[in-house]
Amino acid sequence: MSQHDHDSHAHGTVGSYVVGFILSVILTVIPFWAVMTGSFDRATTVAILVVTAIVQIVVHLKYFLHLNFSKEGKLDTFSFLFTALVIVMVVGLSIWIIYASNAMMMY
Amino acid sequence: MSTHAAAHHDAHHDEHHDTGRNTVFGFWIYLMTDCILFASFFATYAVLFMNTAGGASGSEIFDLKLVAGGTAALLLSSITFGFAMISAYKQNKSGTLFWLAVTFLFGAVFIGLEIYEFNHLIHAGHGPSESAFLTAFFSLVGLHGLHVTAGLIWLIILFIEVSKSGLGNQQLTRLSCLSLFWHFLDIVWICVFTVVYLMGAM
Repeated sequence: MSQHDHDSHAHGTVGSYVVGFILSVILTVIPFWAVMTGSFDRATTVAILVVTAIVQIVVHLKYFLHLNFSKEGKLDTFSFLFTALVIVMVVGLSIWIIYASNAMMMY
Repeated sequence: MSTHAAAHHDAHHDEHHDTGRNTVFGFWIYLMTDCILFASFFATYAVLFMNTAGGASGSEIFDLKLVAGGTAALLLSSITFGFAMISAYKQNKSGTLFWLAVTFLFGAVFIGLEIYEFNHLIHAGHGPSESAFLTAFFSLVGLHGLHVTAGLIWLIILFIEVSKSGLGNQQLTRLSCLSLFWHFLDIVWICVFTVVYLMGAM
């Protein structure tokens, strides 16, 4: 009986998985195509790569991991957002510090 | 007395459900710490990727067709795991086992391609000891590959468990944890192919 409402996480449906999958395929093909054909200049290509990657991560979080802001799901979402903040600091500041010190060594 | 027993049974039942949800949330917290482990490997790679010590750089050794194949396999395995979870919640045991097997197959293709790539690179003289760039590359991509391998072993174990014990609450909780793990690894792979392979091959 209550087997079905066993943990009330949204489980997703076949339709939502297919939508997530199609969006992911599009968002994967665009950056591979941009790099393999080399049809854009460097800055544009980097911008395309970064934007499609971030959008695809959001698509995965929404359609595959079912993150949401509902009462049951928001704890998962906020713990992820906190982790994202830590990651931005760890990766971003490491790169900033190391490249700045590298530049100082040159002069 | 019997009402009391029934009430107690209900309370126990609810408690059991809560434990399952707590387990999944606890596993999610573990995945968040795993995110930070990957982030530190990414930071290392970002700092070291130009230090090729006169050896090969990314654009000379990366084979994007191979990476595209691996990416496709991993993405397909993500959606087939989704189908396995839908079958599991519908108590469809044979469907769950079928989709778990398909997921394993795609995951094995991904790992196979990665082993082929590593083997090829090492034999071409681009092993992890050649330069700081290659050390960081093998560490980061290898860490992801190790995670996927662990996921494949876990898939085999759950396949056996579901085929023997069916789809009880405990099995559903375990499948939910593995599904989070599997989808999480696909997200990490998006960062790997974007930062390492595509930006490296530009």
